[in-house]
Amino acid sequence: MTRLPYIPETPSQTAGPFLHIGLLPDRVGLSGMAPIASNVLVSNRTQGERIAIEGRVFDGTGSPCRDVLIELWQADAQGRYPHPADAREGQAPDPAFSGFGRTGTDFATGLFRFETVKPGRVAGRHGYKPMAPHVSLWLAARGINVGLSTRMYFSDEAEANAADPVLAIIEQPSRRLTLIGHREERADGIVYVFDIHLQGERETVFFDV
Amino acid sequence: MAEPPYEFVPRDGRQHPPALTPTYKTSVLRSPRIPLWSLQNSLSEVTGPTFRRDQLGPLDHDLILNAAQGQEPIGERIIVHGHVRDGSGRGVPNTLVEVWQANAGGRYRHPNDRYLAPLDPNFGGCGRALTDDEGYYYFRTVKPGAYPFRNHVNSWRPAHIHFSVFGSGFAQRLITQMYFEGDPLLTRDVIAHTVPDEAAMMRLVALLDFEAQVPLDCLAYRFDIVLRGSRQTLFENRLHGG
Repeated sequence: MTRLPYIPETPSQTAGPFLHIGLLPDRVGLSGMAPIASNVLVSNRTQGERIAIEGRVFDGTGSPCRDVLIELWQADAQGRYPHPADAREGQAPDPAFSGFGRTGTDFATGLFRFETVKPGRVAGRHGYKPMAPHVSLWLAARGINVGLSTRMYFSDEAEANAADPVLAIIEQPSRRLTLIGHREERADGIVYVFDIHLQGERETVFFDV
Repeated sequence: MAEPPYEFVPRDGRQHPPALTPTYKTSVLRSPRIPLWSLQNSLSEVTGPTFRRDQLGPLDHDLILNAAQGQEPIGERIIVHGHVRDGSGRGVPNTLVEVWQANAGGRYRHPNDRYLAPLDPNFGGCGRALTDDEGYYYFRTVKPGAYPFRNHVNSWRPAHIHFSVFGSGFAQRLITQMYFEGDPLLTRDVIAHTVPDEAAMMRLVALLDFEAQVPLDCLAYRFDIVLRGSRQTLFENRLHGG
């Protein structure tokens, strides 16, 4: 049999317990290298509703994992990605918004937190069936052999969520709920609480993207 | 619309470790048990963060100098270099490659590393680079030491460097580890062997690159990284190659 000339992907390996050195150097006192991204995606000039996303990552015993890398990728408040593949006509992406955030669960509490704006709706595949507002999340840590992809949707977008083409492919309605961040209006602003369960009864939906 | 040409070729799961690998004990409580939901790429997956050269410092790629406190770190001086390519063999330009590693004694500069080997005051173990227009990257560092870890009582990690790569879309995101040609600890390493396919695992082994070493200064190792291909490059290759 002739083999087509594709090169197989490099295998994934766990990020291990010391990922902070390379990916979150300020967490371990390595001051020589400015972080490439942080958990704060907004500046004074960023357009859109300020929100925070907060949560923890739980292992199979229900204990919070305190060494997890979490990266966030999202569209701006108008639903635009600052990337050449988002070639849609209309308003240009917000120049004051990179769309990318990176943090780690806290060594003591296990909490993670992003400060960002609520994304707009993004066109679905082939430009139809718009997706409900959502952020993409990617997790890596000791014990995770291949980085885990998931999404967070917004609890105050029930109508858009009900029409979302990605939520719709998840067979069990109870599992769709694992992808909903719950809106809380706190004294210091709007927070969406989003806990991630690596396994167990409330296992979060993870995607093979 | 942009989706069809940019869409990534589906990931070939056989190249990767499964989530649950009981010989690597930490995976047992941190592995999802329900199969992943397969998601055809939308704009949210084919787009991803981009980084600029001015976000990097001039010594970010040079681990021999980027944390040095007046002297250079102890250890075997090496160059680690290679290309980041996609599944069609095309270089991935301007993509961020981040690395982290232990020092020559096998100790990480990290509060949770309690191995008895000493820290090196002149070594941080953190580096990063953007690939050039051809997808080429280059680091200078010292060869990391092997170290024990609490899996079995006598589990040792072979010398390795952790790599994190972005690619052009968030669905290409990859973290892996690079090993060194000829390391006798590799055959017993439970983490390298979470990759079930031996040939796939061996692609994590960097080869000694005799041509690239700097005489009287340092050895070189070559580590090429392959990310998932996109259907766009498929189409372009077909047009170019006929």
